[in-house]
Amino acid sequence: MNECFQTLMDYGLRSQGIGEKLLPRSDFTLCQQFVLIGSGMTWNIYFGVVAVFAGFFLATALALGKGSRHLWIRKPSEWFIFVFRGSPLFVQFFFAYFLFLSLKQAHPAFSPFTSAWLGALVVLFFNTSAYSAEIFYGALQSIPKGDIEAADAYGMSGWPRFRRVIWPTMLRLAWPSYTNEAIFMFQSTTLVFFSGFPATQQRGDALYYANYFADKTFNPFIPYPILAMYFILLTLLVIWGYGAVNRYLNRHLPQERRSRLTFRPNVIR
Amino acid sequence: MCSDPSALHGFSWLACYLTTAKHMGLYWSFGTVLLLLAITAPTALLFGFGGASAARSRFAPLRWFGKAYIALVRGVPDIAFFLFFVIALDQGIEYVRHLFLCPSTDGPVRQGNDFIVCAAAKMPLGNSPQWVHETYGFSLAVITFAIVYGAFAANVLFGAMTAVPRGQLETAEAYGMSHRQTFWRVLVPQMWVYALPGLSNLWMVLIKATPLLFLLGVEDIVYWARELGGSKTPNYTDYPHGDWRMWYFFFLLVFYLSFTRLSELVLNRIMAKLTFGQATAAGEKQRRAAA
Repeated sequence: MNECFQTLMDYGLRSQGIGEKLLPRSDFTLCQQFVLIGSGMTWNIYFGVVAVFAGFFLATALALGKGSRHLWIRKPSEWFIFVFRGSPLFVQFFFAYFLFLSLKQAHPAFSPFTSAWLGALVVLFFNTSAYSAEIFYGALQSIPKGDIEAADAYGMSGWPRFRRVIWPTMLRLAWPSYTNEAIFMFQSTTLVFFSGFPATQQRGDALYYANYFADKTFNPFIPYPILAMYFILLTLLVIWGYGAVNRYLNRHLPQERRSRLTFRPNVIR
Repeated sequence: MCSDPSALHGFSWLACYLTTAKHMGLYWSFGTVLLLLAITAPTALLFGFGGASAARSRFAPLRWFGKAYIALVRGVPDIAFFLFFVIALDQGIEYVRHLFLCPSTDGPVRQGNDFIVCAAAKMPLGNSPQWVHETYGFSLAVITFAIVYGAFAANVLFGAMTAVPRGQLETAEAYGMSHRQTFWRVLVPQMWVYALPGLSNLWMVLIKATPLLFLLGVEDIVYWARELGGSKTPNYTDYPHGDWRMWYFFFLLVFYLSFTRLSELVLNRIMAKLTFGQATAAGEKQRRAAA
């Protein structure tokens, strides 16, 4: 037990470069695998939380843009959504990484973009924005006509109408699908360190360490189930958080009309 | 014409450059992607059908297995499964062969950090030609894809099976059909209409998952794009160039965009055909538009 505590102190934040420099090389204990893979989860959580949070705002803007009457707003939004939804995230990562490498040669200001914490984050941010925007756009299209007419009847227009009627309804309708998108985003963060972005000094995410252990021990039956356990926990946490928001968004509705969250990740992609 | 590349300029240089033997490898790897899709899509559908039927089974352990299969594969990142299954399947196959081919060997298969099977149980055999190795790797990739995306398909088909109106099944029972007959003669033929939107979505997911072949060690388009795009010095190749990986991946991006776009158009067409005359919202919309 004490030994395991020591491992936790040494490797608990190894993925962020804090603690022991060298990774364990032989005689891997179960504790080491749990601690290091858990340590890598900090990257997955960081990427997921920041991308989903920032993506929420861009997605709202893109959804409104796609629904806009003005060609000059609608077309760019449609293309943005099409490009990021129509191509594999894996290829997007590679392209972005090499793009940033070229930009770095043109201007040194781009050098932070070639490391994962910023470069991959940008890709994930754009990607989740595009997918969420499509969900929000669909919700925007299915807002009951009566709601908008009622807002008009109250003399609302422009910003107040959007802020108090359209936006909350859009979120309410989109929320179950949006939850799935968030879950999928967290899962997609595992691609980062397998797609060009270097894990400097072996600071990688959970899958990076799970793969490290599987390669070293040649036994996939321990690290990957550990990783799976962490991800299932994370998924449950996301469902719980989004469920709370969902209840809040539906609080004015009678009980049986409330939309329930269903666990259906990936199906929307 | 391409015998002395250093003398070439402009378009003719590019034409020669794009037809080198290595570039042919790149073009063939597009075939690999299409082949993977052509094999995986039906296999995954089969796995999905098995999973969905298992999840509906009246036999509890089978039902739990089906539901666990669907929930587990979808709750965990797919690339974790890719990395896992490729080793796990390989070791599983070698272990079974080990048990059958050389049962007299002593010692456990797993010794410390090594996985040891006798030489006859190696898969593929150490002395087999290169193409056997490649085919074996590709088949492992196909099975892995089928297992992972089979779970997605199982989810879609399970949903579709529950979407078939209850009355249809009750009518079948009233006609005296057995459980099995109801399943095959009533439920299965009717579920496809409900499954199609989900399955077309899955097709898109599958297309976008093909670059993950790279992670499974297959020489696919991502492999070639990295390989060919990297900067080349004159003493390494006749066609020296800087770091062009960005352009190669841009090309891949365009390829995937056109592929998904084309699929979307075709699938929309099929959907429109299938909804024609159906008593659904989409069918009603079609009728109104025509009237």
